[in-house]
Amino acid sequence: MNKGIYRRRKAMNALGLALSGLSMAMGLAALTWILWTLFYNGLGAFSLDFFLKSTPAPGTEGGGLANAIVGSLMMVGFTTLISTPIGILAGIYLAEFGSRSRFGSITRFVTDIMLSAPSIVIGLFVYAVAVATVKHFSGWAGSLALCLIAVPVVVRTTENMLNLVPGSLREAAFALGAPRWKVSLAITLRAVRGGVITGVLLAVARIIGETAPLLFTALNNQFFNADMAKPMANLPVVIYNFAMSPYENWQQLAWGGAALIALIVLAINVAARVLFREKVQA
Amino acid sequence: MSRHAEVSTEALLQSRANDSTKSSMTHDELSARVRRFATQDRLFLGVTFFFAALVLAALLGILLSLVMEAWPAFREYGLGFVSGTRWSPADDVYGAVIAIYGTLVTSAIALLIAVPISFGIAIFLTETCPLRLRRPLGTAIELLAGIPSIIYGFWGLFVLAPLFQEHVQPLFIATGLPLFAGPPLGIGVFTAGLVLALMVIPFIASVMRDVFETVPPVLKESAYGIGCTTWEVVRNIVIPYTRVGVIGGIMLGLGRALGETMAVTFVIGNANRLATSLFAPGNSIASTLANEFAEADPALHIPSLFALGLLLFVITFVVLGLAKWLIARGTARAGI
Repeated sequence: MNKGIYRRRKAMNALGLALSGLSMAMGLAALTWILWTLFYNGLGAFSLDFFLKSTPAPGTEGGGLANAIVGSLMMVGFTTLISTPIGILAGIYLAEFGSRSRFGSITRFVTDIMLSAPSIVIGLFVYAVAVATVKHFSGWAGSLALCLIAVPVVVRTTENMLNLVPGSLREAAFALGAPRWKVSLAITLRAVRGGVITGVLLAVARIIGETAPLLFTALNNQFFNADMAKPMANLPVVIYNFAMSPYENWQQLAWGGAALIALIVLAINVAARVLFREKVQA
Repeated sequence: MSRHAEVSTEALLQSRANDSTKSSMTHDELSARVRRFATQDRLFLGVTFFFAALVLAALLGILLSLVMEAWPAFREYGLGFVSGTRWSPADDVYGAVIAIYGTLVTSAIALLIAVPISFGIAIFLTETCPLRLRRPLGTAIELLAGIPSIIYGFWGLFVLAPLFQEHVQPLFIATGLPLFAGPPLGIGVFTAGLVLALMVIPFIASVMRDVFETVPPVLKESAYGIGCTTWEVVRNIVIPYTRVGVIGGIMLGLGRALGETMAVTFVIGNANRLATSLFAPGNSIASTLANEFAEADPALHIPSLFALGLLLFVITFVVLGLAKWLIARGTARAGI
């Protein structure tokens, strides 16, 4: 037989695998490059003022992102409080009651779509129902938009986690005469607590950097404001506005804000993974 | 599971009630308790059902409100809105072609770059990566997916665009092709596509990895057994077996790319022009919304923006629905 065939096949194999290794290297390089430039330029902006002072007026020096940080924390906090129970209960329905029903599969399909749906469209919807009707932007509107993004994440993780619970655990509880609601809340949900908390954490990580749905719901606020009924400063929108501005000081603050968000998101992602891994091993 | 549940409570308590020696409660007390449990369960079912229905209602609400808000624009332009080539808030004339074109071109560029790279990553993670590195490397790719899009856009504007302007674009422009005509601005349709590619790579790669893992080892081992190289196993076993799921993953990436706002808005240049050059600034549906909505004039501008949003929602809904269906079909085969 011709040795050339073997050589060609081997060369082809080497080339293909090398290219695949190269893609992996490119992916990793992109991750490190993005994070490195972000932290290199952004961490320098961290200072006491950065966390304690509000956003500066155009063209002035100094200032910080205190109002944006507080605004983001408040909106994300309320969103988490509202969307966690909604998401968990809907997840319980899908896993325990609606696993075979038509309604269940339609809801599951819709939730999956909402997971990847363009977030700016959600902003449009909330503008129509919660901003245009009251004629002013508000932190509540921003929170509502974030809820619409967070709930599907919590629903899907809760459902997936509950599906991992062995049926025998449920049956054992039923055999003791426990009612369904008790089995769901005190047995199955409890068994996958870690996974559900992971889902909530991932939802928080997802919404903390969401910008598009806040652009015309919470808008922005140059001043410190802790009133959810008024337009509210928030990190992503401030980063966007400041990055597009011509002022050096604003751009520097934007770098700091971007680094802060990246740091939080990475920390949450790592925490969620650690938490979930421990839960699975236990 | 649910079928067991229906019999359990009542049947069990009933049998215990009949067996009076073991139970300290009277029959009446027990049946009262059973009734209470039944009411509680109905209530619980109702509450969980309500919240599940809320998710469905949200989607219908989004569709309905978009249609209602966009109505004035469609009444004014009819279907001509979709084929109108001018978008000029100054003259109060609105047509969607520029934004649709920008959305499609940036997404196409993103997929052209992202699909081969994601494919390579998925192959590396499932076929050649040393076992010990699989988990950390997979996690790294997932972290890339977790980074918010505003960070990508921000990074694209401040790091990628200047680099591109100085070192890459002049080379392409020197070729003299009309596709690359114009001054090297750094920002523009091509840069937006590039940033989008970076964003969707982790999504496509992790779906591809998941479907590649569904290939039964015995199929691959048989191929290795008759002397196939790793590459030949990938080409002749893995890809044919997972084709449907792979296409699903690509569609998922496409859905993401079409609707992505911030990563694009930072670097596309936000010009309402129909540009033939890839280096010219343009606008996508999402970036038009992000830029103009907060300052739009209620008369016709806002309805037109809502109409754009509706278009985007419908397009992404179809693409994502198709993606989900294909991925489900692709992974269902794992059960054979």
